Amino acid sequence: MDILFDNLPGLLIAIPLLGAFLTPLLSRAGDSIRNAWVLIVTGLSSVCGLLVASQVLETGTIVYTFGVNTVSNIIPPDSGGIPIRIIFTIDPMNAFMLIIAAIVGFCITLFSVSSMERLSGKDGFFTLVLLLIAGVYGMIATGDLFNFFVFLEISSLAGAALVAYRIDKGVAAEAGLKYAALSTIGGMLFLVGVGLLFAQYNSLNMAVIADRMQLTGLDIIAFVLFFTALAMKCGAVPMHFWTPDSYAMAPSAITAFLVVSSQASLYALFRVCFTLYGGQINPLTVGWVIIILGILSMFIGVTMAIPQKDVKRLMAYHAVSQTGYMLLGVGVGLAALSSTCLSQSIGVMALKGGLFHIMNHAIYKGLLFLTAGVIMYRCGTRNLNQLGGLGHNMKWTMVFFMIGALAIAGIPPFNGFASKLMIYESTFLFNPLLAVIAMVVSILTLASFVKVFHSMFMGPKLPEYENVKEAPTPMLIAMGILAILVVLFGIFPQQVVDALVAPAASALIDYQGYISAVLGGA
Amino acid sequence: MSDCMSKIIRTTADIMFMFIVVFGFYIVLHGHLTPGGGFQGGAVIATGFILLIVAHKLDDFLGWFKKKAFQNFEMSGLILFIGTALAAIPLGYLFFMNFLSGAGGLFGQVVPYGVNPGFLNTAGTIPIMNIAVGIEVLGGLSIIILYMTSGISNHEEGE
Repeated sequence: MDILFDNLPGLLIAIPLLGAFLTPLLSRAGDSIRNAWVLIVTGLSSVCGLLVASQVLETGTIVYTFGVNTVSNIIPPDSGGIPIRIIFTIDPMNAFMLIIAAIVGFCITLFSVSSMERLSGKDGFFTLVLLLIAGVYGMIATGDLFNFFVFLEISSLAGAALVAYRIDKGVAAEAGLKYAALSTIGGMLFLVGVGLLFAQYNSLNMAVIADRMQLTGLDIIAFVLFFTALAMKCGAVPMHFWTPDSYAMAPSAITAFLVVSSQASLYALFRVCFTLYGGQINPLTVGWVIIILGILSMFIGVTMAIPQKDVKRLMAYHAVSQTGYMLLGVGVGLAALSSTCLSQSIGVMALKGGLFHIMNHAIYKGLLFLTAGVIMYRCGTRNLNQLGGLGHNMKWTMVFFMIGALAIAGIPPFNGFASKLMIYESTFLFNPLLAVIAMVVSILTLASFVKVFHSMFMGPKLPEYENVKEAPTPMLIAMGILAILVVLFGIFPQQVVDALVAPAASALIDYQGYISAVLGGA
Repeated sequence: MSDCMSKIIRTTADIMFMFIVVFGFYIVLHGHLTPGGGFQGGAVIATGFILLIVAHKLDDFLGWFKKKAFQNFEMSGLILFIGTALAAIPLGYLFFMNFLSGAGGLFGQVVPYGVNPGFLNTAGTIPIMNIAVGIEVLGGLSIIILYMTSGISNHEEGE
């Protein structure tokens, strides 16, 4: 039993990988066996993610080394004090992201099992879903830059294949190709950055590089490469153009997880700024760059969302806009923490708000994309002009959509309000103009979702949707889990912040702690 | 792709096929000793199959080798790879531990010090993983080419 607990971080990627590779084999035994297998595998990996997270929050950072005989054998005795093997470093920040991936990962699989019922090619689909989940877990958990690149590629390629899975007269194939090309460019930029660091510091381990960081000219080039690649992967505005296409064309459950995969890139962006270059880069400059990216994403995202007629494309632009809030919160955090005239608590508050928004966004945006998936499944169209009057027959879907829409618009008592309030409060003290922009964007978000709600669910029954049925039970359960979390996090935000977000924020600030967890108090 | 090449090309391809496959397996098996490895060897073997596809009719080729066979290769390679990595956990080590290295038996020999001609029976789980990757890549690349070729022939029929 001990050996299982020791191996939990390894099992985190081992279970989805084994599941993915066995899925084609089990598909031959029939649909129900394959579905049960996929659900068991994602369920187990989610349990694994939650267990690792709780272990980290209880006992502190876990360092897991691949390919050694005992857990404590992190640094080989003959290596000169450097961990030469691939390691997973899971501190409270990683644990926070793991919880998000675990919750959303399970819900989207439950949803897909039901929504893929009538479609062909399911063995490949579920293999790719499990690979995507393994890739995202790896991106979150890894403590090694090259390993991060590998998992980034796994999740990008699996994601691109899934975006193109329903060819849809070539439109989805085009979106998938776009996603694959841009992800590859992003991956290559990242790889060049890793090479620049490896050439100077002879290590790929994040903790070792952070410890030795000199901030030479090459390091700054590497920083810009990392920053660009990861900002592109998370869909910040000047590089956001792939998000509407791929989020709109992917099957809805996949879109919900692509959001999580974007946020894993966002996490890596913060990890690079706070830990890898911790204390070395100029926090005010980098903070303001992140803030400007955030403001642009927020505003351009929401203004592009308003005229959209395709419900998923509209939600995709809102995802860009919400990413802006996270960037704004963390950017203000980075800038305010270094400031001499502002108190530290403002920076910490902004950071907590930005991080809390990552979790809330993954949950309510996942819920919204799943409701859009139900509409697609039952009505076969995403065009808002053709939909209407669905509230008569799809009561639960309507309730879930309402919960998600109110949460994204920042209306109490839903979780979006809790994190947005933290961002507003701290940003207002930092720079009132930023807070005003953030609030205006929030109002525009509400306006846009009122429009969507009205055109999808309100009004008289349309003749073509006379006999439209409520979503199947597994889909309702998947949406229900997310909806309950949206409400719970909205009613008890303080408990969630204290238990999960505050440790994550302090782990992100404390780069010395990250280094010494790996290098052993060096 | 509907018509096949001349008899000279077909015969040469048939003969070359065997040598290419043997060379590919040589690269796979010597992955831990010489440059190359599972991926490179698997790619070489796949070029052997591609040579047959180019020289013969696609239908003839599909009569000899089924698509399902390549899918099985791909799948069994992947399962062997992850299985070898996972086998370390029940034995009480961490994921990906090289538990066969230096243990005697299959691939368990310790490399003697100094210049040597290269001993295949060393390096623990690394050769096993190389073989797994080799099987996976030969299946995967062949499938990719098969799908692309059927795409071409469909296109030509459509015109």
